[in-house]
Amino acid sequence: MFSNRLVNILIPTISVFLGLLVGAFIMLGFGYNPLTGYLSLWEGAFGDSYFFGETLRQVTPYILSGLAVAFAFRTGLFNIGVEGQVIMGWLASVWVGLAIDAPMIIHLPLVIIAAALAGAAWGFLPGLLKAKLGVHEVIVTIMMNYIALYTSNALVRNIISDGQDRTDRIPETASLTSEWLAALTQYSRLHYGLLIALFAAAIMWFILNQTTRGYELRSVGFNQDASRYAGMNVGRNIILSMVISGAFAGLAGAMEGIGTFGYQSVKGGFTNIGFDGIAVALLGGNAAIGVVLAALLFGTLKVGALNMPTGAGVPTELVDIVIAMIIFFVASSYMIRWFLLKMKKEGK
Amino acid sequence: MLKNRRSLLILTLLLAIGMVLGACGSSDGDSEDAEGSGSDNSNGEEAAGDDFSVAMVTDVGGIDDKSFNQSAWEGLTAFGEENGMEKGQGIDYAQSTSDADYNTNLNRLVRSDYNLIYGIGFLLAPAIEEVADQNPDTNFGIVDSVVEKDNVASIVFKEHQGSFLVGVAAAMKTESDKVGFIGGVDSDLINKFEAGFRAGVKSVNKDIEVKVQYAGAFDAPDDGKAIASNMYSQGIDVIYHASGGTGNGVFAQAKDLKQNDADRNVWVIGVDRDQHEEGQINDTNVTLTSMVKRVDVAVQDVSTNAMNGEFPGGEVVEYGLEDDAISVATTNEEAMTDEIKTAVEDWKEKIVNGEVEVPSTIDEVKEFEDSL
Repeated sequence: MFSNRLVNILIPTISVFLGLLVGAFIMLGFGYNPLTGYLSLWEGAFGDSYFFGETLRQVTPYILSGLAVAFAFRTGLFNIGVEGQVIMGWLASVWVGLAIDAPMIIHLPLVIIAAALAGAAWGFLPGLLKAKLGVHEVIVTIMMNYIALYTSNALVRNIISDGQDRTDRIPETASLTSEWLAALTQYSRLHYGLLIALFAAAIMWFILNQTTRGYELRSVGFNQDASRYAGMNVGRNIILSMVISGAFAGLAGAMEGIGTFGYQSVKGGFTNIGFDGIAVALLGGNAAIGVVLAALLFGTLKVGALNMPTGAGVPTELVDIVIAMIIFFVASSYMIRWFLLKMKKEGK
Repeated sequence: MLKNRRSLLILTLLLAIGMVLGACGSSDGDSEDAEGSGSDNSNGEEAAGDDFSVAMVTDVGGIDDKSFNQSAWEGLTAFGEENGMEKGQGIDYAQSTSDADYNTNLNRLVRSDYNLIYGIGFLLAPAIEEVADQNPDTNFGIVDSVVEKDNVASIVFKEHQGSFLVGVAAAMKTESDKVGFIGGVDSDLINKFEAGFRAGVKSVNKDIEVKVQYAGAFDAPDDGKAIASNMYSQGIDVIYHASGGTGNGVFAQAKDLKQNDADRNVWVIGVDRDQHEEGQINDTNVTLTSMVKRVDVAVQDVSTNAMNGEFPGGEVVEYGLEDDAISVATTNEEAMTDEIKTAVEDWKEKIVNGEVEVPSTIDEVKEFEDSL
């Protein structure tokens, strides 16, 4: 009755549906009308071209941070450090953007490569520690997040700017913003980064599914011992996976640095792009196309949610609960999977 | 048997889903009324929009931060009450959960045709600058920062003056001759608090040691608690915090110490609002005083001016001691002895008269300290 592929699509869909449903009940429970609530969420995300642009703008870094988490997952690594890698990528893109003066055709690619390299470097270290010394990547990457946050703050404050809270704006030659897109969406901050994100998704699919190296990476993810027995260099694959994952995360940072904001500021806390990326990857089933779709959903929820307090009087916290519910149902997908398999058997 | 139990489980699950779906259907029924009332609401908003309407965008602190976002909303509410408006009808706010939300929220309010939109906090300055450029017909206000645009009024406070006065109070209260300052993020704005405080303390007694530490965040009470714990254990007995939510940890630590040893001499000086409530423990209170910054007064004032067609666009409106927009709380009468109050009043007069020039940057306060 259900093919495996269908089950893989059904589980996240049902999870999202159940999450929204439970969210609706919670809204009802607190005396809000869930329909006006969700309606204003929809309005806030797609109400007119401005909000649609902002939604796509929010989706862009989510795609990349989701890809970063998913890529490491496929090699059996849990990269919690995407957040830190995003911050380093953001910093690098802005720093190189400010430091170098060049025509756009050189400047822009240089800035993007710098961001990817910075993120990759931030992923390399945990990968190295895991491969050579067996230090668990979760612990190291969590710590690396804090190092990234405070390093970036110190550099912005003392080196890149003159004791200011944020850097100067990057020059046009290093910027992904486009007047054409802004005019099309009534001054939203939509930028060309979306194309980069989609391209990155295609690259991830290509690496993992069409190359020998990708086969090895996935094989290490399935079973390290078997891979070693088959003659693969497990350590090198772990490092490579973390480096590529970090590069995706660095690009996500660049989307914010040279796309949305155009500067880096002293941050009081994490951006949450990396942490949300974990949820995006989970919901997207760690596959490239799944991540793109999940990022679309999360971007919609995040931007749309901003309209819920003004549009329907529903507090933003409730939207966080809905998102948490969706993740909860994805994480407990075993329940849904079991149920679907049961139906499949009964069907036969 | 086993098979039976399984099918029973499936049946239960199916029933559960059926009920859930059924409930969903019934909520669909409600929706028509809901949509009706929804459109009513929007009509109401438009009706109010014919007159004058004001809205504000919070920074990530949110509307209930017990600090300046809350204070700003209190000012808007007071303005609304004066003019027969309420939330959603003439006045409203939008909360931000990350830096990226500022532009979106500002634009949403522009689209809802608000006449005047405030950005609360210096974090919103770049967003206000951008959005104000794109929407020259809407007026904006920015609190705690300066944006030079014709349709933006910049509201700033002379926090250094108030900090100077609480510094005087701290210097007179300390018994160990050691006081502390805990800042949120090391920035020009918070440096203003530090500079004023240091100058105030040293003006009373230049031998008093002032220890300064920045938590690096406005929303990290755990860090605030750790820093406060460290300071108190070094013998510091008065801490002034200018750190928003981080300061809640400072209060928590002071109260813990007081709880364990009621005779221990620990004090906290609050910021932005009168934080007397935060310091209450048993029958005593660890809040010595607070440097009160009346964001509400400023917001109400500027809104009223704007409604009367006197919007101070392109200007920097500065509020200080002389406008009563900066003041020192005296709620804790036991701790704020008459001696301290008199001293604070004396210094206040000197500042208002211009006899004392309070430093507002770190460089200035260094000079000030050297000149003593």
